[in-house]
Amino acid sequence: MSHPSKPSLLPTISFGIASAVLYFLLFQYSDHFVEWAERTRQDEKIFFLVPVVVAFVFSYFHGHFTGHFWESLGLRAAKTKTVTKSVKKTQA
Amino acid sequence: MENLFIDINVYTALALFVVGFIGGMVSGFIGSGGAFVLTPAMMTLGVPGIVAVASNICHKFPKSLVGAMKRHKYGQVDVKLGVIMGIFAELGVLVGKHVMTDIKHEFGEVGTSLYVSVVFVVVLAIVGGFVFRDAMRMFKQEQAGGGVEAPHEVPKLARWVQSVHIPGTMMYFNALKAKVSILFIVPLGFATGMLAATIAVGGFIGVPAMIYVLGAPALMASATELVIAFVMGAGGTMLYSLDGVVDIRLAMIILAGSLFGIQIGAIGTTYVKDSVVKFVMGLIMIIVLFSRFFYVPGYLSQLGLIETMQESTITTLKLLGDATLVIALAVGGITIIVALIKGMATHRREQLLLAGGEA
Repeated sequence: MSHPSKPSLLPTISFGIASAVLYFLLFQYSDHFVEWAERTRQDEKIFFLVPVVVAFVFSYFHGHFTGHFWESLGLRAAKTKTVTKSVKKTQA
Repeated sequence: MENLFIDINVYTALALFVVGFIGGMVSGFIGSGGAFVLTPAMMTLGVPGIVAVASNICHKFPKSLVGAMKRHKYGQVDVKLGVIMGIFAELGVLVGKHVMTDIKHEFGEVGTSLYVSVVFVVVLAIVGGFVFRDAMRMFKQEQAGGGVEAPHEVPKLARWVQSVHIPGTMMYFNALKAKVSILFIVPLGFATGMLAATIAVGGFIGVPAMIYVLGAPALMASATELVIAFVMGAGGTMLYSLDGVVDIRLAMIILAGSLFGIQIGAIGTTYVKDSVVKFVMGLIMIIVLFSRFFYVPGYLSQLGLIETMQESTITTLKLLGDATLVIALAVGGITIIVALIKGMATHRREQLLLAGGEA
């Protein structure tokens, strides 16, 4: 019987550190984010991009971290499940 | 300078993280539906309504992006269907917001709340009831078949939709394994957006529409909904951000929890049958529907349509309504975890049997 290979901890740790640093910076400089939102309300519309960019950056690093995190704890997707199989079966 | 953003303490952050986590799990599993509790939760913490809505949307689009990419790996996402429905959903959001603004001007804040409640009750009663009944039918069928998954049957309405050929409008969709006229997709996407603008969860229309009107399997419909949510959420975030009302700190705290949750929800879908996705969705919709019964008397009283109620009674009823929302989310979360554990155990048994047979 083949055992599933153990995932490497390196991506979990590196994405975890990157994610933690991002959250640290967000709260360390939270006054700036509040100020940029206020300036957007006062017609400096270019700052509207700040939340959008921040959301994308966080989703990349924190998204990778959470995926690797659960995987390193052994929570993985089933490999045999395919959706298309059941569709074809009905059509046949 | 008007300050719309609250001070965030450890307790606020922790509460939002936990709600985000469970909400993310539900979204990863049924495509949406995890965010309905976040707006009232933030408002309870003192966040102004507009900031709560904007920050909620801002956490939804990166969450949906991560969930959609995860489920795309499992072959469950139809990107083309999601993007097309998402674009028309965006239009629906704009019109939905406009309708809400008109109602607000005409009947005030209470009129808007009553409208939202009525939409909640009508949509969730009809669609939720239908989804739940279908899940029960599939469970019975699977029980009678010795636990074998009920094959995906294209519903009668979807068979008709797939049979209609309108030249110049036909498109092939992977999720349907068939060509469908885009003229059917447009109103479905639009309705999804309208609902999203009204009750914050467009997926309660989008997912059942893809299953019952277009003929997609529940697993693919719920995964494709994440693409729709991403398109809608990205557009919505930009609109709200232009008004400077997105509190990125709040949004990122919720995202911190919800990205942990959405991974579990997405992985969970690979261990369960179509019927389980429908069951969880139907169950959440029905519990959420009951939450609105607690709000409606207060709105009717404030509009003078029924005898005036005491303010304390209205507040108590609202609290009960909010509690029901939390219960809906918790029940959804627990059901997903139970389904995941059961599914993993069954999968492990099957793998062992398979290995034993090969040896």
